[in-house]
Amino acid sequence: MSAVLDLVTIVAVSAGVFFFLAGTVGLLRFPDTLTRLHALTKADNLGLGLVALGLLPQAGSLQNGLKLVCVWLLVLLAGATVSQLVAQAARREGSSS
Amino acid sequence: MTIVPALDLFVAGVVLIVAVWTVVARDSSSAVVGFVAYGLLLALVWVRLGAPDVALTEAAIGSGLTGALLIGAAARLRAGESSTSAEHLGGVGRTLVAALATIVAAAIAVALLSLPDPAPSLAPEAAANAGATGLGNPITNVLMAFRAMDTMLEKFVLVIALVGVWSLAPDGAWGGRPRSYHRADPEGALVFLARVLPPLGVVLGIYVLWVSADHPGGAFQGATILAAMWLVVLMAGLGDVPEVGRQQLRLMLVAGPVVFLIVGLGGLLLGGAFLSYPQDWAKPVILAIEFAMILTVAATLALLVAGPPERSAEP
Amino acid sequence: MNEFLTVMVGLILALLALGLVRVLRGPGDADRMMAAQLIGTCGIAALLIIGVIGDISAAIDVALVLALLATFAAAAFAECARRAQQPDTPPETEGP
Repeated sequence: MSAVLDLVTIVAVSAGVFFFLAGTVGLLRFPDTLTRLHALTKADNLGLGLVALGLLPQAGSLQNGLKLVCVWLLVLLAGATVSQLVAQAARREGSSS
Repeated sequence: MTIVPALDLFVAGVVLIVAVWTVVARDSSSAVVGFVAYGLLLALVWVRLGAPDVALTEAAIGSGLTGALLIGAAARLRAGESSTSAEHLGGVGRTLVAALATIVAAAIAVALLSLPDPAPSLAPEAAANAGATGLGNPITNVLMAFRAMDTMLEKFVLVIALVGVWSLAPDGAWGGRPRSYHRADPEGALVFLARVLPPLGVVLGIYVLWVSADHPGGAFQGATILAAMWLVVLMAGLGDVPEVGRQQLRLMLVAGPVVFLIVGLGGLLLGGAFLSYPQDWAKPVILAIEFAMILTVAATLALLVAGPPERSAEP
Repeated sequence: MNEFLTVMVGLILALLALGLVRVLRGPGDADRMMAAQLIGTCGIAALLIIGVIGDISAAIDVALVLALLATFAAAAFAECARRAQQPDTPPETEGP
């Protein structure tokens, strides 16, 4: 049973780190602000979500597991609203300069 | 396992790079972003050093609230940047500042290196007497019992700092409201955030205070979170900053220090020493002080960020 | 398992350092805000993994606080960026 749980951790955390990699590469390589924003949201939502999911079997207690889920939900909320705000700022920057 | 020390060194290097870049950045808004990233990395460093209490403070104050304060300052500076550019330091001034900073840093380094090894420490005694208060977290024991005087005076300093900020108000605006935030689009993302985030933040702030009895946490960290939540509501235009002359606000601002002082004087009357807690009631008394303090500190920090009153009191 | 997670923390920290390049290069405020947010999320992920490796449940609390206040700082930054773009709102917009 614990081998299965360890496998879940390895697969999910690796996938999460892959999305972080994709987000970072996109942030560095994409040509303009709005496409970079598109890359960033993948790292926020999926990357951290998969890392938190992968850590759940290792969390040790129910309380820690719930807190991991809370961190992810909070970052989801933050990502959704902050990317809206950034996009508005980028549009104003584009129109004013 | 050589990978862990290598990672620690790597993080330390990145912290140094971010620190240097924050200092040398020309544009104030990019320096602020550097400062926020720096606070975040420091929180990581404190967790690695085994000091999660400090990490919580750094995460809350260092990158969160101070970041917002500096962002506001940068925005104001930018508005007047053309007029202040003539006052920039010349080459000589910069060299002097750099030399002064280097001397201070070198003095600190010398003081640190000349400490005897092992350094003098009261930690074993603090740990040995931890049972006296009924609290399990040694940090809270030190802050609220063994060095309670320092914590109390710190609250006085905060209130005095707020009075200092208020005294920058023009005469006509004395007792009025700090600068208003621009009304946000009521359907926009910021207003949504200001409706959803504060309930979560209030729970987290009180949780951080509550666990500080036995686990890392604390009233100051909790209060910082509450202050940030109030500021989100203000930024979204869902509420207005209260007039600084209002009676309830003033009462809230002095509640923490006053409760602390009353407990201290009570200890003098009943227990024979200032700030001595009754033996069996130490934990409830400490919790009462902390709950009074969290309100005061949250209100003070939020008003410090809001700035001096600029709008005159309504008739 | 802990060795694997340590390597993953190393990778995430390397990505965090790469994200700093975008803070350095800009060019606009929006790009810097995005980079700061990516750094924040990477830092939160690293904290969560470090907390699980060392069984430090307080690290998860730190991550929670960081997630909440990073959002607050980003909102403040966006608000100030907007005020800098539209500085001409009169201060006396309040009704009686």
